[in-house]
Amino acid sequence: MRSYFRQRTIQSVISLFGLVVLVFFLARLTGNPVDLLLPVDTPQSVREEFAARHGFDQPLLVQFGRYLLDLLQLDFGESLRDGRPALQMVLQAFPTTLLLSFWAMLISLVIAIVTGSIAAWRPGGVFDRIASLISLAGASIPNFWIAIVGVLVFSVWLRALPTSGTGTPWHWIMPVTVLFVRPCGVLTQVVRSSMIDALASPYVKTARARGVRSRVVIFGHALRNAMLPVVTVAGDQAAGMVNGAVIAETVFGFPGIGKLMIDSIMFRDFAVIQAAVMVTAVAIFVLNILIDLAYALLDPRVRHG
Amino acid sequence: MSDMTHSTATAKSPREHMLAEAFLMLWRDKFAFLSALFLLLVVFAAFFGPSLLTDQALQMNLRGRNAPPFELERGWIYFLGADNLGRSLLARLVIGSRYTLMIAGSAVVLALVAGTILGLVAGYRQGRIATIILRAADILMSFPSLLLALIVLFVLAPSVANVVLVLALSRVPVYLRTCRAEVLEIRERQFVKAAKVLGASHARIVFLHILPNVVPTLLTLATLEFAAVMLSESSLSFLGLGVQAPAVTWGLMVADGRGYLASAWWLSFWPGVTISLTAISANLMANWIRTATDPAQRWRLEKRKRA
Repeated sequence: MRSYFRQRTIQSVISLFGLVVLVFFLARLTGNPVDLLLPVDTPQSVREEFAARHGFDQPLLVQFGRYLLDLLQLDFGESLRDGRPALQMVLQAFPTTLLLSFWAMLISLVIAIVTGSIAAWRPGGVFDRIASLISLAGASIPNFWIAIVGVLVFSVWLRALPTSGTGTPWHWIMPVTVLFVRPCGVLTQVVRSSMIDALASPYVKTARARGVRSRVVIFGHALRNAMLPVVTVAGDQAAGMVNGAVIAETVFGFPGIGKLMIDSIMFRDFAVIQAAVMVTAVAIFVLNILIDLAYALLDPRVRHG
Repeated sequence: MSDMTHSTATAKSPREHMLAEAFLMLWRDKFAFLSALFLLLVVFAAFFGPSLLTDQALQMNLRGRNAPPFELERGWIYFLGADNLGRSLLARLVIGSRYTLMIAGSAVVLALVAGTILGLVAGYRQGRIATIILRAADILMSFPSLLLALIVLFVLAPSVANVVLVLALSRVPVYLRTCRAEVLEIRERQFVKAAKVLGASHARIVFLHILPNVVPTLLTLATLEFAAVMLSESSLSFLGLGVQAPAVTWGLMVADGRGYLASAWWLSFWPGVTISLTAISANLMANWIRTATDPAQRWRLEKRKRA
């Protein structure tokens, strides 16, 4: 187990390094990084001074070394917009997105497990057909459109929910909804097919033959084994939450990391984007390790293997 | 390959028979049948729509600004309403279908080809090259696709070609991993070993013996991927990082209509409906293809025996 985690950590560090290289060279690809970092209408004298101060007049490899050193000291540079350290801005926005994703993931897991299990009980039955179609639609309908229709119906027509901000629990309803629909649809399908396999297995037949009640068979015997693929897909979906968060936070003016990224792109605030990307990547690597832990908890073969 | 070309000339009936059978299997799954019809309609619109409706899509009509839908007095072309410049939404949806399908389609094909080639290499030639390819795929996969696209499109200009490139890049690992897994399994089979013993070159083994066995799986995967890629493209367009006007995609239309939500909801509503219906149809079709090509599942779509 320990050697496994060491290996996993080394892999993550290599991946992170790959990302660092990618971001650095992508940023330099466009030619002059000064053009990328400064607003278009910056006067030439300021540009030259900026280039000299940040070492953009040095050879590329020297620049790369300095860039790595700065990263190791967690120095991502300062925001062009208000001069605050980029990392500070990102860490400030991060908890909001984390909380948003947490609720969305929790709700979609609960709904997916319950719906998927019931659908798997009678494959091809009425409930299964309806659940399959709805989950497929949930996985196919673009989340930005759900957001817009939500605003139209609940804010413009019914005047029941606020359109933006974070003040009250009411503010969270629509962003969480927008975020949970797609993972919920995908997870329901996975739970369903995984449960159909589990319910057809010999140990479930034995339990049924012994006269164990249906509820206990589904949730006690079959579900535990059916959860393995669900955990894998749920991990992928959780990592992909950032994708949805960018949309939900943009539409609902939510001060999370997704909105920060989009705003930074609009302002061409490269330092903040870079910091946000790195923090997200680290968060996803931590998440992947947690998923592996959950896997080990569920499956003794992984734990002892 | 040689008897494929041969059979078209001499034995026409088995092929027709297969087509008829496929049609019957499609007819039996009503959802799949409807989605096939809808996808045909969209493809038709993408091919022929622009030559028929370009004038209507560009014609501004300041009196018909934000004209509401379901009113026929302006003519059927305004049945879905008009946008903020009085252009027909129906005509713009048809024009948008070309860009939307073209971008998603090219990205899927590009990713499919690149992923297959890399997957063949990584599966057939184990060693350092394979390790490097797989590690690169891991890095790409461990990172949310939309974020990757955001960075790349921040650095490069958001043109049609760059959007296609970014979407393809983020989906290459999917094909690569599937293709590699299949190749690893197929290369151990008897017929590959036989070819090797007979002295076939590596290229001949890979392209003539392994590739044809991998293609069906990858094509099924590609149909499934189409919906995902189209949704990614729409998200990018919606965020303003996809294609830019005057090009028009459905995602862009949703974004453009956002400002008029309180006064003219139909601007954003209809393009969202077309995106959703196309994605749902593509997913239903992919499920159907998977069932129809899986010998263990196929009976669900075949004629039931009467007891």
